Amino acid sequence: MTVTAPPAPGAEEFTEPIGVRRRLVRQRARRSLVRRRLVSRGAVVVCALALAASLAPLVGLVAYTVGRGWHVLSGAFLTHEPTPPGVPGGGIANAIVGSVVLVALGAAMAVPVGVAAALFLLERRGRIAGALRFGADVLTGVPSIAIGIVAYGLLIAPGGLLSLGHYSGLSGSVALAVLMLPIVVRASESAMAAVPSELREAGLALGVRRSRVMRSVVLRSALPGLVTGNLLAVARAVGETAPLLFTAIGSQLFALNPLQPVAAMPLVIYNDGTQPFPAAQQIAWGTALVLLALVLVLSVAARAVAAFLNRRAR
Amino acid sequence: MTIDIDHDRDIDHDRTDAAAGTDRAEAPGAPSAGGAAVALRNVSVTFGRHQVVRDVTLDLAPKQVTALVGPSGCGKTTILRTINRLHDDTGGKVSGQVVVGDLDVYARDTRPELVRSRVGMVFQRPNPFPTMSIYDNVVAGLRLNGVRTKKVLREAAEAALHHAALWDLVKDRLHAPALRLSGGQQQRLCIARALAVEPEVLLMDEPCSALDPIATAKIEELITHLASEVTIGLVTHNMFQATRVSHVTAVFLLGEDRATGELVEVGPTTEIFEHPADPRTAAYVSGQVG
Repeated sequence: MTVTAPPAPGAEEFTEPIGVRRRLVRQRARRSLVRRRLVSRGAVVVCALALAASLAPLVGLVAYTVGRGWHVLSGAFLTHEPTPPGVPGGGIANAIVGSVVLVALGAAMAVPVGVAAALFLLERRGRIAGALRFGADVLTGVPSIAIGIVAYGLLIAPGGLLSLGHYSGLSGSVALAVLMLPIVVRASESAMAAVPSELREAGLALGVRRSRVMRSVVLRSALPGLVTGNLLAVARAVGETAPLLFTAIGSQLFALNPLQPVAAMPLVIYNDGTQPFPAAQQIAWGTALVLLALVLVLSVAARAVAAFLNRRAR
Repeated sequence: MTIDIDHDRDIDHDRTDAAAGTDRAEAPGAPSAGGAAVALRNVSVTFGRHQVVRDVTLDLAPKQVTALVGPSGCGKTTILRTINRLHDDTGGKVSGQVVVGDLDVYARDTRPELVRSRVGMVFQRPNPFPTMSIYDNVVAGLRLNGVRTKKVLREAAEAALHHAALWDLVKDRLHAPALRLSGGQQQRLCIARALAVEPEVLLMDEPCSALDPIATAKIEELITHLASEVTIGLVTHNMFQATRVSHVTAVFLLGEDRATGELVEVGPTTEIFEHPADPRTAAYVSGQVG
């Protein structure tokens, strides 16, 4: 009983009504439903446990850091410079400001380059773009310590290509920028790729220049995603230690000049945490807590800004 | 395979009449759709704070095509999806009562899986499973519901493909990827996939809106044919489609507040289009068709 073409020559007309297998199917479904419900409940439990197991390290880490670092925190800890060894008190104001300066400089280098590179990847689908995308993926996997030593070799070591001849915050920012770059590229590309191509085409169909469409339609529509992705890249960079060990090196002074060694929170944690003196270790724990809080704030801010931009767009 | 042509005269035209069904259904332990295949009683759907559609009381008569028409955003699709409990996953809160045959869809002990094996659905865009062959798509519902017997699967697939008017087209390439079919053929494959589970009710959510006129004509022909054996609820934007394939038409419009959809009028399709009782229906129908 086909509706469209008449039955092919030789084929018999099909007259079986709908529903002849209904009882059988219902029976099987009902029977298997009992088993499937059990399996389903079991699977939900397993997945919930897996989620708990994934969150446990995070919760444990935060709880332990808070436990060790909480009593170190004070107004003075956040606003004072370190004291010389043996003198009680002192804070990490220089490291907080140093971290902000290093990451801000790094982001100032990585974000424009990364977003522009992402635009290229998006607009020029081809062999070159594919190779660049692959390159960005590879760069994501490059160990940060390798980025650090290369930055050292090129920017600091005597005889390096662009060597200043001494440790500097700027070289640390360059290393952080290299670290952030692939994250920025991929996050920006996926944010912009999520903009429906119809919107792009709607712009182009109005006779608008491609660059103008990119700026006013694609970049604007992708802004919430861009902000989120870039803030997450910043959050990632602010905690990195390895690239800074060879470059910014750290400082006991309130140094803002990026051409001089600059203090940073990860370096304080690394240096003080491994010392045998309880006072130094306490500073390390306090700094770890501040750093953790900063990363948390950045992550929350990433979402909040995206939510705000999304809401405003409506 | 009888066609109960007279049945559409039994449709509740009047919503106060229809409300009597609530009393029937409230009899403990014995929900009933009355003579209807699907009965909705005072159904409202709310997403968060926004009530999308309000107080719909509507019967789908057995082995008839009931078209749900109306402008965008007035809750047609939302109402259709209450029948197979798809709002369980969309976050919509459903109030009121839905009965399919003897099954109270929203009763505490009703499993959504059992509802859905009795109520099939075809979506706006053809959505065959892209990783499966034509054959695997058709038997997917059976396999995933525990039917393993090869012979049953093969026979069910053949029957379903016949019913979807696709058999002669695909019988020689059942194991080709489903995505190699054209859009209209993919949609018929999705109809076959839904029919293979042997539903009593088939919900179709604008099944032709992504198809060209020729493919649309084939699907419409198919709907007319299938209505002799299953109950069909059809959401459509196309008034001509409603007049071509449906026995009963339910008109949805936005209510006074311009935010919540309402069922304005329901009746035999010819009545609705030629002698609508409600002035809002008249305005809508003539504005769109005339």
